[in-house]
Amino acid sequence: MTAGPPPAMAPPRTSTSPVHRLGAGTKLAGLCVCSLALLTVDGPRGAALAVVGVMAVFALAGLGPRALWAQIRPLRWVVVCLLAVQWWVLGPVEAVVLSTRLVALVALAGLVTATTPTAQVLDVVERVLRPGRRWGLDPERAALVLALTLRSVPVLTDLAARVRDAQRARGRERDVRAFAVPLVVGSLRRADALGEALAARGLDD
Amino acid sequence: MTGIVLDDVHVRREGRHVLRGVSVRLTEHRVAVIGANGSGKSTLARLLNGLVAPTSGRVLVDGLDVARHGRAVRRRVGFVFTDPDAQIVMPTVAEDVAFSLRGSGLSRAEVGARVAAELERHGLAGHADHPAHLLSGGQKQLLALSSVLVSRPDVVVADEPTTLLDLRNTRFVAQRLAALEQRVVLVTHDLDLVGDYERVLVVDEGRVVVDDVPAVAVPAYRALMGAPVR
Ligand SMILES: Nc1ncnc2c1ncn2[C@@H]1O[C@H](COP(=O)(O)OP(=O)(O)O)[C@@H](O)[C@H]1O
Ligand SMILES: [Mg+2]
Repeated sequence: MTAGPPPAMAPPRTSTSPVHRLGAGTKLAGLCVCSLALLTVDGPRGAALAVVGVMAVFALAGLGPRALWAQIRPLRWVVVCLLAVQWWVLGPVEAVVLSTRLVALVALAGLVTATTPTAQVLDVVERVLRPGRRWGLDPERAALVLALTLRSVPVLTDLAARVRDAQRARGRERDVRAFAVPLVVGSLRRADALGEALAARGLDD
Repeated sequence: MTGIVLDDVHVRREGRHVLRGVSVRLTEHRVAVIGANGSGKSTLARLLNGLVAPTSGRVLVDGLDVARHGRAVRRRVGFVFTDPDAQIVMPTVAEDVAFSLRGSGLSRAEVGARVAAELERHGLAGHADHPAHLLSGGQKQLLALSSVLVSRPDVVVADEPTTLLDLRNTRFVAQRLAALEQRVVLVTHDLDLVGDYERVLVVDEGRVVVDDVPAVAVPAYRALMGAPVR
């Protein structure tokens, strides 16, 4: 074989941790239960317990604090804003507890996606939605839409980063419109391209 | 009747006359399309698998009218877009290739085997379960190509597949295209890639103005581009 194109990523991380090995259905069900449990957390002690719990599950999956941070990092500014507002409205204790709940939930959801192949998640979604057929729901289509959405997230994140760089290069980083307009136009173009790609690949019903 | 036939094809889009009477019959194994930006190359390429419909005239692929048998034609004609990000629709590498085999009637095991073989062929086997967005630009284009080839089309149409790539990846993708057993219609700005092609169409302002072997068509194109702007 000829030399391949330059690789752009780390070697595959194959892990056999107990968390990786659990079925996708079990993990998604577990995520639902944990979310409900998190909703009942209302004191500092509960919040601390939630934090310890989340770190324990990450450790069980063989993932360190860096992986945990990677999951919640995109949320950091949202959390700071929420924390500020809640602090002002509800006071410090309540604010910290509520924000911890949110962060714990995002971290757990991130853990499930990081340790479960998308194909398995989609299979579960398809299975769970199957009874919906009676009401005219198409589970395969729903799973497909979910997959397309998952794929669109990095593409749009990329687009946003590029638009921001372009605005920065022109010294317009504080101009919300200068950021939003190209982002919306770019997203619409992406939607068009996706429609074309689906048609080209035989999904034109 | 084999080959791709365009019979006096006109395309108007939003009032603009994008293609102005194109008539060609493509039977060669390797056909390249070159021309300036906005000359109508992409529109011409998209006609070949029915992504664009002619406003008047006909497009036939191996005897099938594209306007009437769009689906069947798209099964025969694979399409590689310029931006692989626009073409990759599934979150992970293997899933994206498998997506092309949806509804093919193959068993799960057969799909798995064909996907694995295709990835192997393009040096992507080690990335099967990786998120597609972590691939390099060149790898993404190879993934797009794998996803096209896995359904075994008769013709591969590629619209500037190397325009977004660096030199090394351009060479790699070009080599892959050159090695295909399928018929290839390549739209490109990279004149180095068309040297080995049997036939080169030069498109200008919606018309095929030169239709010849590379040794004639490429210099003619250079002369055309060097001409003073009207
Ligand atoms: N969907 C469309 N609507 C309006 N104009 C279009 C559309 N698609 C292409 N055009 C116009 O048609 C011309 C040819 O486009 P295209 O086929 O993409 O050229 P090329 O690929 O050679 O750059 C351009 O002037 C372009 O603006
Ligand atoms: Mg084009």
